Amino acid sequence: MPALSEDLKNRIRAFLPKYPRKQAATLPALHLVHDELRTVSNEAIVEIAEILELHPSEVQDTMTFYAFYKAEGEKLGKTRLWVCRGLACMLRGAYELIEHCESKLGVHCGQTTADGAITLEFAECIGACDGAPACLRNDVHVMNVTHDKADKLIEELKLR
Amino acid sequence: MPYEPVLLARINKPNSNKLAGYRADGGYDTFERALKEKQPLDVITQVKDSGLRGRGGAGFPTGLKWTFLPKDHPGPIYLCVNADESEPCTYNNRILMEKDPHQVLEGIMLACYAIRSQCAYFYIRYEYGDGYRSMQGAIDELYAAGLLGKNILGSGFNLDVVMHRGAGAYICGEETGLIESLEGKRAWPRIKPPFPAVEGAFRKPTIVNNVETLACVTQIMKRGIDWFKSLGVPPDPKNPRDAGSYGPKLYTLAGHVEKPVCVELPMGITLRELVETHGGGVWKGRKAKAVNPGGLSMGFVDVHAPLKGEDGKTEYDIPLDFNGPGKVGCLGLGTAAVTVIDDQTSMVEVLHNVCQFFSHESCGQCTPCREGTGWMLKITDRIRRGQGRREDLDILVDVADRIGIMPGTTICGLSDGAGWPVKTAIRKFRAEFEAAIKSGVKSQYAKALNVVGAH
Repeated sequence: MPALSEDLKNRIRAFLPKYPRKQAATLPALHLVHDELRTVSNEAIVEIAEILELHPSEVQDTMTFYAFYKAEGEKLGKTRLWVCRGLACMLRGAYELIEHCESKLGVHCGQTTADGAITLEFAECIGACDGAPACLRNDVHVMNVTHDKADKLIEELKLR
Repeated sequence: MPYEPVLLARINKPNSNKLAGYRADGGYDTFERALKEKQPLDVITQVKDSGLRGRGGAGFPTGLKWTFLPKDHPGPIYLCVNADESEPCTYNNRILMEKDPHQVLEGIMLACYAIRSQCAYFYIRYEYGDGYRSMQGAIDELYAAGLLGKNILGSGFNLDVVMHRGAGAYICGEETGLIESLEGKRAWPRIKPPFPAVEGAFRKPTIVNNVETLACVTQIMKRGIDWFKSLGVPPDPKNPRDAGSYGPKLYTLAGHVEKPVCVELPMGITLRELVETHGGGVWKGRKAKAVNPGGLSMGFVDVHAPLKGEDGKTEYDIPLDFNGPGKVGCLGLGTAAVTVIDDQTSMVEVLHNVCQFFSHESCGQCTPCREGTGWMLKITDRIRRGQGRREDLDILVDVADRIGIMPGTTICGLSDGAGWPVKTAIRKFRAEFEAAIKSGVKSQYAKALNVVGAH
């Protein structure tokens, strides 16, 4: 049983004509797989490498540089919720917000709730400083996050 | 008379990111005219003569960079757009990408025409999901309208713009780190030379330009050199190496200001006026203690420190042009992202946060940076836990003064940038650090973040 569906493989292949070298499609491929499967397993790495005509170790080498990707044995929840800890957010209560979210969700940053709904993370500055303290809901900024607003967001994400 | 914004002129319009509105405002007329009436060299000359300096942080003259490409190269030549905007407290490029992507794209098209590139890679940090979708939507509109692709408007000029998303690494904002990442590798900066203009993406000549820089290109080609030079600060006659600080600039305000906003002003506004007038002053009626004038790697300004030779003025009164922050011991203007720290905030806490960032984001390739940022974090963490030692401050300054400075010991500028906030904070606020060490008071955050740090 392959790790990647034919559809997913085709979406990776669609990136190849955009670049003069197939290796350049490594990050797009990892994003596609990671978004859909919530992890990049060793088998997925082998299959990505086949498409990009690389050795699996080359894909692995690139992937492990970016702490962003969850590898074999780790899995993202349905939603990835990042709380920014950059200076602009820290000055406006980010540390308190991180602590609040950790206690609300019962997990530490980097962990996923038992129901698989939310993976909580801290982020280095996400460039949403005009709405500090800010969060990132997958890849969308949530600005001016009070503890109340965080609670409501978490409730909403749990029902997804 | 208040300054009328140009780069931000369209951002509050409804559907400001759509092609129809941009065209109705005269958008792409400049590009069409350039295709018909100008040679690529004319565009390079106009950008060069405008005095435009890159907005990404280093302030390198844009037109000059373009002339570093080899002459009569058979191609391909690439443009990489640096939209990795990861310098902490900076968000001006995000506003442009989300609200006015076509202004950025017109600059890309003009730049590609000038440097004879048929392919631009737009490297955008992953965290800017809305910016990515806004840019991709704008690119799709351009292909449908025949403004991108093959033989654009019958001119024989071909251009593709490809969106490429990063994966949460600060180092990808360094131009050769960006190129490595684009190529599908670890974002380890390359040893220079060769510079990207000679050998860049896919081993071909490559120009890397920042988003705001390219928006400026659009306006310089539309409004002309005289308009651009009518704004900002001319070169310092006493400094033959100063290229001036012309044009409008997007300043972002963050931290303890009443209104954290992005404002466009002619280059050279003072820090005080920016914060007090445009940012609505310090929040909660407090006073400012320190300001970071242009992204964390620029260091800190002490609001109360008197300015040498200028009666009654303090470091708060420096102009935010390419030279201003350097006059008070900061690295430079950087990204012009201004972060205010109020008088009730501990500089120990601030510096620990800064060290935490650089230690997390050092790519690990060079020893002075990997070890230096790590040790600076360990020492500042020790101080905030109330376990600081008397010699710690001297060690911090010693490390910060050395990493990234000695030629040939580090490949890129990250460690130099990591050193500036440390050395400026400790030199300018030494009494506060000494008092923290003497008192041995533990930060209220020290416990919570220990767990976070284990991630």
